[in-house]
Amino acid sequence: MPSYDVMPDVQLYQPAELEDALNLLDEHKNDGWLLGGGQDTYGWLKDRAKNPKALIDVNGISALKGIRPVDGGLEIGAATTLREIIRDPVVNSDYALLAQAAGRVASPQIRNVGTLGGNLVQDARCWYYRRGLACYRAGGNICYADSPEGMNREHALFNASRCVAVSPSDTATALAALDATMVVASVDGTRELPADRFFAGPATHITRMTTLEPGEMLTAVRIPARWAGKRFYFEKVADRDVWDFALVSIAVAMDVDGATIGESRFVCGGVACTPYRLTDVERAVRGKALSDDTGDQAAALASKGARALNYNHFKIPLMENLVRRAIRV
Amino acid sequence: MPALRYPDTAPESTAASRPNFDFTNNKAGIQAVNPNLTRRRFIKGVIASSVAAASTNAGLRAAGAQDQGSGTVERLVSLNINGRVRRVDVLPQETLAYTLRYKLGLTGTKIGCNRGECGACTVIIDGVTNYSCSTLTQSVRGRAVRTVEGLQAADGTLHPVQQAFVDELGPQCGFCTPGQVMSAVALLEENPRPTREEARQAMSGNICRCGAYDHYLNSVMRASGQSS
Ligand SMILES: Cc1cc2nc3c(=O)[nH]c(=O)nc-3n(C[C@H](O)[C@H](O)[C@H](O)COP(=O)(O)OP(=O)(O)OC[C@H]3O[C@@H](n4cnc5c(N)ncnc54)[C@H](O)[C@@H]3O)c2cc1C
Ligand code: SF4
Ligand code: FES
Ligand code: FES
Repeated sequence: MPSYDVMPDVQLYQPAELEDALNLLDEHKNDGWLLGGGQDTYGWLKDRAKNPKALIDVNGISALKGIRPVDGGLEIGAATTLREIIRDPVVNSDYALLAQAAGRVASPQIRNVGTLGGNLVQDARCWYYRRGLACYRAGGNICYADSPEGMNREHALFNASRCVAVSPSDTATALAALDATMVVASVDGTRELPADRFFAGPATHITRMTTLEPGEMLTAVRIPARWAGKRFYFEKVADRDVWDFALVSIAVAMDVDGATIGESRFVCGGVACTPYRLTDVERAVRGKALSDDTGDQAAALASKGARALNYNHFKIPLMENLVRRAIRV
Repeated sequence: MPALRYPDTAPESTAASRPNFDFTNNKAGIQAVNPNLTRRRFIKGVIASSVAAASTNAGLRAAGAQDQGSGTVERLVSLNINGRVRRVDVLPQETLAYTLRYKLGLTGTKIGCNRGECGACTVIIDGVTNYSCSTLTQSVRGRAVRTVEGLQAADGTLHPVQQAFVDELGPQCGFCTPGQVMSAVALLEENPRPTREEARQAMSGNICRCGAYDHYLNSVMRASGQSS
């Protein structure tokens, strides 16, 4: 399959106002492509695996940038870079889970320009799909990864439906654990939806990773005060510490009173097409002490219902161990 | 000077399967957005402002300019590279690494993977490291771009980071070195006395296939005035 180093002809728009960007997006519903840092985008174009006609660069829109307090929580503009998030004092003091997850994305240079919006909306990293094969996710009727010969070491344990690709975004996992809501805009207005209705699995949306409709844009992420300053745990296991996507990651937020766990959120990345919430674990640890014993009990519940593929069984003990480590004192 | 060609296709790809992006076809000529700017004047402009006008064919293809929709970016832009203003004709989809190397003759910036996975193309934009292979040139208008060529003093004295890389025998083959130097410069401008671990983190977006990582870290520590 040919590989190209240059990008194909495309038009580039650099609007300064959100309204203009939304109008452009509406005009180019079928062939438009929002451009944040471009770090997910350029590979698609260079490989000719996606062929948008118009890039709409959102980096010049000041309304989409910055981190501001809202209702006791925080609102982060979709065009804010991961670099800014990692270095923000409030994110670090109150929502360190997000700073840690963002700090594990890709490499310093990619974090310097990659936007939160782009990180959340980035497409699946399944290599069959990225190389432009006509699999289910690309609108075809076969999955190359979930086949007898398929290489599926990186693929899903849960909620697969024809497609077994996983959510690639590190910030998505953290934001799901923080009960974040997504602010979405189009020429028709604005809507807000919780993270678990923003990320979409293959059973409902096999050709996209989110419920964003054509013409819609993520404008901001709102993090409620609910988990501010709570006990957090983030860990990402990848082949290399730089560049590589999570094989499995875990983002945890919990109320802890003394050594007793209260309400919590346990969310894994790299195991399903969306951030995968471990509700059984959350229920099991409630009222228990932070300890190795609690960790052992909860770990067994973490992978309940997992359906391993040919090469990804290793993710099951990995998940279980990450749960254990999150509960250790 | 022979025309520099960008190796843009894998061997098996045929002309027919190639995309509509051919630098050798300049039938369309320069379609500068400013209609008063003739092709000859434009070419002169590029040469006059280049260290080495390396590109002939590479710089000249302009199909698509006529049918550009209204509101899209202009083609003829001014860039601030190493403190100098450079006028150059830039396609909407052109990467900064491409412009630097093939239009402005600044070949110190290397292209390794062209996919954001190696760091050979690292440049500093407004004080922050970027992969120039994964940056649109159109997005750096009005911003300050620094490449490895811009580090040495006017009299040729090496930048302290470059000198430290020499003193510590940092590089092996040298291909990744310009990118490593740029990451080190950006780090030390922000954090003049990093710990070795901080330096390791800051340099972590630059792969060295020769595995000279420790030598590079020694170089960074020396450049920061801390013995390695
Ligand atoms: C080598 C490499 C390693 C990587 N490793 C990781 C990793 O470890 N973890 C990780 O999480 N990611 C990783 N990535 C993926 C990605 O590059 C980064 O996550 C980056 O943050 C994406 O942000 P961006 O702004 O550059 O995205 P862009 O490429 O600009 O956008 C990505 C997608 O989101 C859409 N989009 C952008 N902004 C909006 C918006 N406001 N509303 C709606 N849609 C929008 C775009 O249209 C596009 O489809 C890696 C990428 C590369 C190239
Ligand atoms: S896992 Fe999904 S993206 Fe990968 S080949 Fe199968 S259908 Fe395509
Ligand atoms: S050439 Fe840009 S990161 Fe490899
Ligand atoms: S010195 Fe050879 S790749 Fe780094």
